[in-house]
Amino acid sequence: MTMTIHVDVVSAEAEIFSGLAEMVVIPARMGDVGIMPRHAPLLSPMKPGEVRVMKENGEEEAFYVSGGMLEVQPHTVTVLADTAIRAHDLDEAAALEAKQRAEKMLTDKQTDVDYAKAQAELAEAMAQLQALERLRKMAHH
Amino acid sequence: MAGAKEIRGKIASIKNTRKITKAMEMVAASKMRKAQDRMRKSRPYSEKIGNVISHLAQAHPEYQHEYMQEREVKRVGVIVVSSDKGLCGGLNTNLFKTSLNQLQEWDEKGIEVDICVIGNKASGFFKRIGGNIVAQATHLGDSPQLEDLIGLVKVMLDDYSDGKLDQIHLIYNHFVNTMTQDRRVHQLVPIKAVENDENLQQHSWDYLYEPSAEEVLDGLLMRYVESLVYQGVVENIACEQAARMVAMKSASDNAADLIDELQLVYNKARQAAITQEISEIVAGAAAV
Repeated sequence: MTMTIHVDVVSAEAEIFSGLAEMVVIPARMGDVGIMPRHAPLLSPMKPGEVRVMKENGEEEAFYVSGGMLEVQPHTVTVLADTAIRAHDLDEAAALEAKQRAEKMLTDKQTDVDYAKAQAELAEAMAQLQALERLRKMAHH
Repeated sequence: MAGAKEIRGKIASIKNTRKITKAMEMVAASKMRKAQDRMRKSRPYSEKIGNVISHLAQAHPEYQHEYMQEREVKRVGVIVVSSDKGLCGGLNTNLFKTSLNQLQEWDEKGIEVDICVIGNKASGFFKRIGGNIVAQATHLGDSPQLEDLIGLVKVMLDDYSDGKLDQIHLIYNHFVNTMTQDRRVHQLVPIKAVENDENLQQHSWDYLYEPSAEEVLDGLLMRYVESLVYQGVVENIACEQAARMVAMKSASDNAADLIDELQLVYNKARQAAITQEISEIVAGAAAV
């Protein structure tokens, strides 16, 4: 009997593949790696490329990944594929944008959280809700 | 027959309102199914990456990443996930109540708080109470993409790396079932190691890192935090739709009750008017 290794290929938005394989070829950052059962534990980023899964029955399945992370344990391989296109510059730009959105919204912001006021407002809202609930119940009887 | 016309008008207007709430209920029901589906689909990723992190916690790495080290807490970052739209019962209000309790707890300990908001409702609320908002993401729609959240998470993680923040928390609604949504406060960073996997080798071992431990862990832990935030957002959307469906259902039921009551009042008023008319006629005839 041939030895097999469990392979999971997932992305944040879907599960792509889960099953047994004799060998998997994965585009790791430093070059393609072929993983067979009882491989030493390995962690590596992936570059865009093809993940090829050689199954027990000799069939082969291939998936395109645009990058991500790879974990190898002696009996399992986990491929965490990215759905988003990642690059340092792109991430920086996105972070800047998120900050700017907040700044824009806060152009007329006050300082110091007024917990007492906020909680009073919340309590008032809750009381109103409860009163409505009571009224509704009374209407039923 | 005073008042009968007004009552008829009122009944008609409540019927119109009921039509709207009924339609919203059905829309929410169908969106909820899709949102639940999306939630299910994104679960394998967060489970798998969670496994990898727990393996990592059991390994004996030479290099300790800063995301896994506890430090003294002076300032925390909190990411609050809310919905963009209202009319979903007490979902957001309850979430903000939980957030406020948490914020106050920190405030009492003299810990400062930076807030990241997701969704219009949180953005409006924390602006109104004057929270220190450092980043925001709104209008994510019904099918959010991970890309929409990368920037926001990076703002927080960068602040953590620069030493401005000592902890990062996520506050969101956890989807239990259609009727129940749970508020959760989850600590994202420093990462808390999860349960042990017994299939792993017990003796001392470590990963091979390619190209370097630092680079690999940076990428992995960043993705882990992002996946947790993404999962929170996706669950929150399912919660929003479920809460809206329930709220709209009870609104429709209330409208039906109101219509019944008003109909009764209307019938009584009409009957009273007829009785009065008859007695007037009879009295008139008797007088002749």
